[in-house]
Amino acid sequence: MGEGLRSFARALRVVILIALAVLFLIPFYLLVRNGLASESDITAAHWTFFPTHVRWGNVRELFDDPSVPMLHALWNSTRIAVATTAGTLLLASLAGYGLARIPYPWANHVFYGILGTLMIPSAVTFVPSFVLVSTLGWISTLRGLIVPTLFSGFAAFLFRQYFLGFPRELEDAARVDGLGYWRTYWRVVVPNSAPVFAAVGAIVFIGSWNAFLWPLVIGQDQQSWTVQVALATFNNGQTVNLHEMFVAAAVSILPLLVVFVVLQRFIVAGVERSGIDD
Amino acid sequence: MLSRLLGPQRRYLWFWVFTGPFVIGLTVFGYVPLLWSITLSFFDAHNTVTPSHFVGFANYTAILSDSAFTSSLATFAVFSLFIVPATYALSLALALMVNRLRLARAFFRSVFFLPTACSYVVASMIWKLSIFNGVRFGLANTVLGWLGPDPVAWLSTTRPPWYWVVIVTVRLWLQAGFYLVLFLAGLQRIPGTLYEAAAVDGARPGWQVFRYITFPQLRATSVAVVLLLVINAFQAFDEFYNLLSTARGYPPYARPPLVYLYYVALGQGQDLGMGSAGAVVLALVIAVATVVQARWFGLGRKEA
Repeated sequence: MGEGLRSFARALRVVILIALAVLFLIPFYLLVRNGLASESDITAAHWTFFPTHVRWGNVRELFDDPSVPMLHALWNSTRIAVATTAGTLLLASLAGYGLARIPYPWANHVFYGILGTLMIPSAVTFVPSFVLVSTLGWISTLRGLIVPTLFSGFAAFLFRQYFLGFPRELEDAARVDGLGYWRTYWRVVVPNSAPVFAAVGAIVFIGSWNAFLWPLVIGQDQQSWTVQVALATFNNGQTVNLHEMFVAAAVSILPLLVVFVVLQRFIVAGVERSGIDD
Repeated sequence: MLSRLLGPQRRYLWFWVFTGPFVIGLTVFGYVPLLWSITLSFFDAHNTVTPSHFVGFANYTAILSDSAFTSSLATFAVFSLFIVPATYALSLALALMVNRLRLARAFFRSVFFLPTACSYVVASMIWKLSIFNGVRFGLANTVLGWLGPDPVAWLSTTRPPWYWVVIVTVRLWLQAGFYLVLFLAGLQRIPGTLYEAAAVDGARPGWQVFRYITFPQLRATSVAVVLLLVINAFQAFDEFYNLLSTARGYPPYARPPLVYLYYVALGQGQDLGMGSAGAVVLALVIAVATVVQARWFGLGRKEA
């Protein structure tokens, strides 16, 4: 292949990538455009690429609107996502470390028991889990939204794989210093495992913030709505204005984009590790 | 001697200190509901979780002869026929292109990965109310208008079923970046020496190298990607619910299994017996599909 042809192919590739990148960003652009426009700008017969007047007031209008409990939903989502992330990190990392490092004759069976839950699609468990949670009287409570989601086989699996590759010399040194499993874990292993905690933490946080089916099923009264349930309710109803809906969606996605951009390096590493191998 | 005996036993204790809380929680919130649900599926359980009327396989025969259930499986089949190849092709193509960049590789990866942070609810809202809004000011209809045709009512037209365009593209946008990252990781693992050897053997860069080196080397990644895509398509709920249901309820078409289950078990009738039977049937379907697919691709065979 000639040199000219090759650089043409390279240029073509870049052009295609740029075009696709623009296409992928359009939905974010629409979110901002509609969120900061007036209703008449959105519904105008001719497309305006950006509102003639950028209306930051839409944000205040959203929070002032008593028919749309957005602030409370944001507060619920924050509490749920933070608690779920913290709880999952604690429980799954301990389990992962025990499975990876503490010799026990039945450890493999325990591991397969955890792995087995990954094979059960959540599609199949939402009805029975709903049954259990309603028996416990946890419908429309934060407990009901948080506790059943804390035991992620996926997170335990990721931690186990990571701890299997943790440098043994560090733990041996701690052992020589007379530390048992517990203190070795907290003083040596955890402080040296920030990347995996960041990766799993970010993935769990995003998953929890964006979860929809479980909060929809459990959060039945308005007091326990999460952001996603609140947005879905506006989306399916006909009472709320377009600009208000879009500014609400934009507000809901903002904290996540911050988490995402800051921790992206770790998230990508976590996704890669969640692949197939091992 | 004594300490030697105590050693392993303390270890057992420590094992359970570390794994116990997790295992107990997983049992209570994973396995117990599952077993309970299997039990419920043999009972008449309207609006109750402690039924007393044993009905044998009646719930199963009822659900399997319910045409709404079988058509939900057909909906899933159509959906996965669209979304699995589309996501596979797009994310692989993106990965191949991004992988060969010398500059701005991280930038492009970030752009394509960014939708992963968006929820199905928000994406559905953008698709339903802005891009594929059935009236003239929707983006798709605006673009169509520049070209000539009349506006299309994307989500309510069943002949032809335009709603599939909306449903498939929203998921494609949301998940392509995730699989792009998996493919990029797979591409990084291909030893460079293979490409050098191919060049020595006179393989032309481009299609031949892809056909005989890259694609076979991505086999493990491909198998995992297809498996994940199918399982995730099977569990689709969020975008269907948010795109299609309106103040007047959910339309009679485009109901995948989970939407069906949602309305049976948690809708007006609250038929938990039949809902549980449906869940068990779905679990069996997905288990069989996974095993068949794994056999088909030879997953589980030890890789060298």
